[in-house]
Amino acid sequence: MTDGQNDRSLEKYRRMQRIRQFEDLAEAIHAQGEIPGSLHTYAGQEASGVGACMALDDTDYMVGTHRSHGHPIAKGAKLRPLMAELLGKATGICKGKGGSMHLSDFSVGSLGETSIVGSGVPVAAGAALGSKLQGNGRVALCFFGDGATNEGAFHEGMNLAAVWALPAIFVCENNGYAVSTPASATVPVKDVAERARAYGMPSIIVDGQDVDAVEAAVAEAVGRARTGGGPTLVETKTYRYADHAVNMGRVLLDRGGEVDEWRKRDPLALYRAKLIAGGTAAALLDAIEREVADEVADALQFARDSAWPEQAEAFDDVFVDRLPIPDFITA
Amino acid sequence: MAKATFLEAIRQAQYEEMTRDERVFIMGEDIICNVFGTTTGFVDAFGTERVRDTPISENGFIGAAGGAAMVGMRPIVDATISSFLYPAMDQIMSIIAKSRYIYGGQARLPLVIRSCLFYGNSNAAQHSDRNYSMFMNVPGLKIMVPSNAHDMKGMLKAAVRDDDPVLCFEDSTCWMSKAELPDDPDFLIPLGKGDIKREGSDVSIIAIGGAVPLALKAANDLAAEGISAEVVDPRSLVPLDKELILRSVRKTGRAITVDPAHQTCSAGSEIAAIIAERAFDALRGPVLRIATADTHLPFSPAIEKALYPSPERIVAAARKLVGVRQPENA
Ligand SMILES: Cc1ncc(C[n+]2csc(CCOP(=O)(O)OP(=O)(O)O)c2C)c(N)n1
Repeated sequence: MTDGQNDRSLEKYRRMQRIRQFEDLAEAIHAQGEIPGSLHTYAGQEASGVGACMALDDTDYMVGTHRSHGHPIAKGAKLRPLMAELLGKATGICKGKGGSMHLSDFSVGSLGETSIVGSGVPVAAGAALGSKLQGNGRVALCFFGDGATNEGAFHEGMNLAAVWALPAIFVCENNGYAVSTPASATVPVKDVAERARAYGMPSIIVDGQDVDAVEAAVAEAVGRARTGGGPTLVETKTYRYADHAVNMGRVLLDRGGEVDEWRKRDPLALYRAKLIAGGTAAALLDAIEREVADEVADALQFARDSAWPEQAEAFDDVFVDRLPIPDFITA
Repeated sequence: MAKATFLEAIRQAQYEEMTRDERVFIMGEDIICNVFGTTTGFVDAFGTERVRDTPISENGFIGAAGGAAMVGMRPIVDATISSFLYPAMDQIMSIIAKSRYIYGGQARLPLVIRSCLFYGNSNAAQHSDRNYSMFMNVPGLKIMVPSNAHDMKGMLKAAVRDDDPVLCFEDSTCWMSKAELPDDPDFLIPLGKGDIKREGSDVSIIAIGGAVPLALKAANDLAAEGISAEVVDPRSLVPLDKELILRSVRKTGRAITVDPAHQTCSAGSEIAAIIAERAFDALRGPVLRIATADTHLPFSPAIEKALYPSPERIVAAARKLVGVRQPENA
């Protein structure tokens, strides 16, 4: 392994560790009431997000979902503003307006983590259209789940991207379920990837637990997009360990031993083993894990030390100019 | 009769109507796993033909409810959170609201679209809508927003039996509140019939959905200061019980509307206009509107709550209208 490759591999490992550890901590403090609202975790899917984002340039665009912690971290976002957002603080990446379902960092090309299922697909098509019209060579990648592929917005966005040969990559993170509903009950084809055929779009199915495989598949799609070859649908076969959302009381979905089976192919453990087999010192990976633990702890400290937004800020950012503040707020 | 929650009232209404009429069926996302507890036991009782999980495709399955209704079925669609009605706006507005009219009365669309108003809980702007007033702006849709379990049960049963499309908005701030639920299988509260939730003589507070409990609390506080507030609950917005509202305002001479929707073009605004048009002579002051501030709902709990109506805001408005009074014995 050359040093360059090694750096890249270590970076993939670092980003996957960041997502896992960030969410482990988030889940713990959510349980103690420190994070309001709902929390949809990404644990199990880290290789999908990181592999896909590592195939992008920093200036490329990315659009995500309600399961919004993994995507921006995979794209290289800093942890402090993400954690502050989870706590609803003014220093949060969305200034406390978005919270857990919307951790979107535009500085790393993340154009939105939207919690209306399927709503990001046309946005990615539009960003790709913008890139094409501006001739800037950027591509737009969109993450969504298997469930989202039943929405009208998915089909309309895919169709536009295909007929206009837009530089877009559609990444279906197929974790097998939408809330409680198995994909087999709602998707009438065996693989979501088959849906690309309706749009004359190439598709790739990849092992979503293998970060290198995901990166390679998405890199192929990115190459096609950048050279005028139009969009690709990439389906990553992956799994979420947790329930749909933390504390979602009644969804006592019995997945049998499935979760344990998938944990045997945990993307972090698989990659760690692969790197060690390739000659990387275990101590180096241990050191990365410790650094990430420090980073995550630092992010939480930063979030805790940050101020709450001021009430008047509720009227910022509806438009470019602040809205008038009603009397009952100022009084 | 036994005390039960708002959610249980929904379950009972659906269960009883599905038992009574086999044309009634229910569909929506994750119904079988029963996320909110409104379909407990349904699969066992009615089977998966009549209790259907749908793909995430609101425009598709809500539109399909319209089609099924046109051929003689009576679907109940559970669209979970009312924000998810937006992807279905095309079918609701273009087909469900208008088909009967454009086809000269040939079509009949007896269907119910249920969804909850899920606000005040740090779920950010995309999940915190209170959007019934938007639907009031298109003719052809009946709209109910009950404020307690008793009304919920009677009105939902009436909605299922109604031959027109009904949008049933379920205020999640009322979910756990309890009331006595009649077990008469024909217990019905017709749409378009409001209710006086508390009698009073100084000011009429016309409150919608989750604002009703807030208005009742405010009325209690006002009573301690010697102000007698009447709390009027329209219960359904289309049709709207205008006579009940006007009668109350003519009696008290003062009106405040309280509406969890955004203020601009809210249901409360429409009610205020009706009062100004038809009871102007009885008014001793302006009609005041209390609503949610015209901004999106932020995630941060530090700044979300203050944007909604509250008992404090209602009390302040009533004091302003009535003039501050001293308790009788002071
Ligand atoms: C338009 C819309 N309908 C329903 C929901 C409720 N909802 C949130 S996530 C989800 C399941 C999404 O499944 P999938 O797209 O497979 O993504 P996953 O959660 O598995 O990552 C549903 C139904 C929503 N947020 N938006």
